[in-house]
Amino acid sequence: MNYLLRRLATFPLVLLGVSILVFVAIRMVPGDSITAMLGTEAGLLTPAQRDALAAYFGIDQPWFIQYWRWIGGIAHGNFGISVTYGRPVLDVILERFPLTLELALLSMIIALAVGMPAGIHAATHNEKPSDLGVRIVAMIGQSTPSFVLGLLIIYTLSAGFGVLPAMGEFAPLWQDPLRNLSQLILPAITLGFAFAASVTRIARSAMLDVLSDDYVRTARSKGASARSVIWRHALPNALIPVVTLSGIEFGYLLGGAVIVEQIYALPGLGRMVLDAILQRDYALVQGAVLFIAFNFMIVNLLVDLAYVALDPRIRLGEQ
Amino acid sequence: MVHLTRRLLSGITLAAILGIATVSTQAATLHMAWSQDATGLDPHKQTAFSSLRLLELIYEPLVRVDASLQIVPAIATSWAFSKDGKELSFKLDPKAKFQDGTAVTSADVKASFERILDEKTGAAARANFLSIAGIDTPDAATVVFHLSQPDVPILTAMSDVNAAIVPAAEITAGSIGTKAMGSGPFKLDKWDPNAKEVLSANKDWAGGATGVDGIEISVLPDEAAILAAMRTKQIDFALLNDPLVATLVPKEASLQLNRVPVLAYHVLQLNPSRKPMTELKVRQAISCAIDRQEVLDTASLGEGKVTGPLTIPALATDPSQLFCYKRDVEKAKKLMAEAGFADGFSATVIGATGEPPTAAAEAQVIQSQLAEIGVKLDIKMMELNVYVDAWLKGDFDMAIALNGGRADPYTMYNRYWTKAGNLQKVANYIDDTLDSQMQQGRAETDPEKRKAIFADFEKHLAEVSPWIWLYTSYSYTAQQKNIAGFVPTPTGTLFSLSKVTIQ
Repeated sequence: MNYLLRRLATFPLVLLGVSILVFVAIRMVPGDSITAMLGTEAGLLTPAQRDALAAYFGIDQPWFIQYWRWIGGIAHGNFGISVTYGRPVLDVILERFPLTLELALLSMIIALAVGMPAGIHAATHNEKPSDLGVRIVAMIGQSTPSFVLGLLIIYTLSAGFGVLPAMGEFAPLWQDPLRNLSQLILPAITLGFAFAASVTRIARSAMLDVLSDDYVRTARSKGASARSVIWRHALPNALIPVVTLSGIEFGYLLGGAVIVEQIYALPGLGRMVLDAILQRDYALVQGAVLFIAFNFMIVNLLVDLAYVALDPRIRLGEQ
Repeated sequence: MVHLTRRLLSGITLAAILGIATVSTQAATLHMAWSQDATGLDPHKQTAFSSLRLLELIYEPLVRVDASLQIVPAIATSWAFSKDGKELSFKLDPKAKFQDGTAVTSADVKASFERILDEKTGAAARANFLSIAGIDTPDAATVVFHLSQPDVPILTAMSDVNAAIVPAAEITAGSIGTKAMGSGPFKLDKWDPNAKEVLSANKDWAGGATGVDGIEISVLPDEAAILAAMRTKQIDFALLNDPLVATLVPKEASLQLNRVPVLAYHVLQLNPSRKPMTELKVRQAISCAIDRQEVLDTASLGEGKVTGPLTIPALATDPSQLFCYKRDVEKAKKLMAEAGFADGFSATVIGATGEPPTAAAEAQVIQSQLAEIGVKLDIKMMELNVYVDAWLKGDFDMAIALNGGRADPYTMYNRYWTKAGNLQKVANYIDDTLDSQMQQGRAETDPEKRKAIFADFEKHLAEVSPWIWLYTSYSYTAQQKNIAGFVPTPTGTLFSLSKVTIQ
């Protein structure tokens, strides 16, 4: 409990650091909201016109005043207004987040459902042909960029079979579950493929380590069945690195899968952040990065807590 | 047959598993897609291509240009310059109404132009209207612009959606940009930035009934995905940028590709304020060393046409008549030697990643061509905004650019090649001849004399080579074959979607 409280107490400090980093980083990139909107036509503006637009975009003040206003707003729950959407930043983020969360969860389910059995199978059939097969597929999975796989799936479905999930308008889960699933299943497979490959490799190597441990040998010598040795004795310990990997990967996915969202035209967080950076929508970039950082910290905390559940010998926060 | 049946069955099974089915086209809604969305709704501030394409379906200017770049009526039914060219009068269409049902009056026209001219608005097109000294509204249907000097190109500038007429009441309310209220063929019902736009027909449109009840525009960022969505008939009509994707469209039996040469031009901008591009002979050597057709063939799969500075078909000179448009490496080497650079020099060329999609390939072809005369080019590709920032500051040795064209050469080039041009810092080249030719062209009302002035302008510009004009590409739209009535134009406008029908 103490550990949990102490970890939660560090959150504001970390978020403050992230807020400074993102605020400075986005402003260090050349160009601003005015050039993002007008492109090269911005060169036609007179200084007075430029000043008027800078005031409109809220970039007319020195950076420390802008930062102070922004951070002061956040303290009151106001993340600012997105100049692209003309709406509060938090509303826009929360509208995009369910899709991203759903996609991340679906990908993780696919990755674990495929990767764990494959990894265990490979470890228990070490150096046999099926192990080699799993390792080759995992290698291909890890080295195939998601845009290649995504475009390949889209091309094969549309050119070969004349079908494709409805693109453009996204149906939220609570409005139309079937349509929602049809729109997310292919992106989830695209993301889950590489994710499953990583899980397979980690699960295989963790299982191999554990299977050579003394306590597994003892279990075997006591006459435990092969199934019992793997599922009851070896698997819980082999899960720790898988949980670590899945946690980190899931944390990344909560930040949005930019490429997959672009290819499948999904209005998720990743695409929103990319567009916001390109359009120099500072408030939205800053708010989104803070939100993503917060999610990442929560996931990390949950991963740490999962260690305790998996291995009672681990006592978090004890010296 | 067995193969076909199996394929059909597997398709149906797959569709059932995924819970999807091919979407049939709805009778009166045009499903459209593009890869880049509009960036805002204020017609006076937006300059992005997609923004203009969306806004010209909602707002109307006083006049339009048609497919042959002739001025035709929009809100104004007729117009006339006074004899001295310093007065421009418009008669407004009495049927013209804003989408809330109120009539478009001369007061709205006056308020719209005053808003454009007000520096606080930040309207990029303001630079085209600086000759407006006053606006009179003798009655609700008449507007008279008083000009400080004869300004023939101002009429063409008024055809742009950046000069759209907006309701005076909305200007007063400060709601331009947050709410789209024009007098055009469609109303904007919903805009979810970077995702979707929903438009419905404006039943009160003075131009008559639209061919469809509405348009739904989906933003599909990947153009290969747009093509896939067209194959499965989810999308009826799409805007394409990438020639690589566009050339795949004719291979699909149910799809049709529309392509038309556009006014925008691909160009290698030299910076004549930086050594050694300060030397005329060096710039000319670069011009002679570049094989424009090869750049077009390699970077853009031959999808375009080699061009001189003028891209307006009625005014453009045959490029073969321009300075060094036939590659001559020997002449280039000789010019380099005469300029004292027989051993060549090193320079950096900047380009924007993906804008245009051919930028990197163009830079690479030019790099290899210039290597033959000893010019070592370092290619620096940048994110678009970073590129624009450097470009506006004139902070480059050379730049690969796709610059927008206009239906009038003065509006197109006064920003670069006149002494008072707003983008003089980008062009970095001052030339008395060019300046005087531009001023003559601005004031000349006789079309034939104007053509001759701009022919001389083009010839001189190609010869002094501050930039190396390469080619004009095509604007691409793809459509299902059951869509009828779309007219592609060199300006890239989608206005004719107002008369498109679904068969």
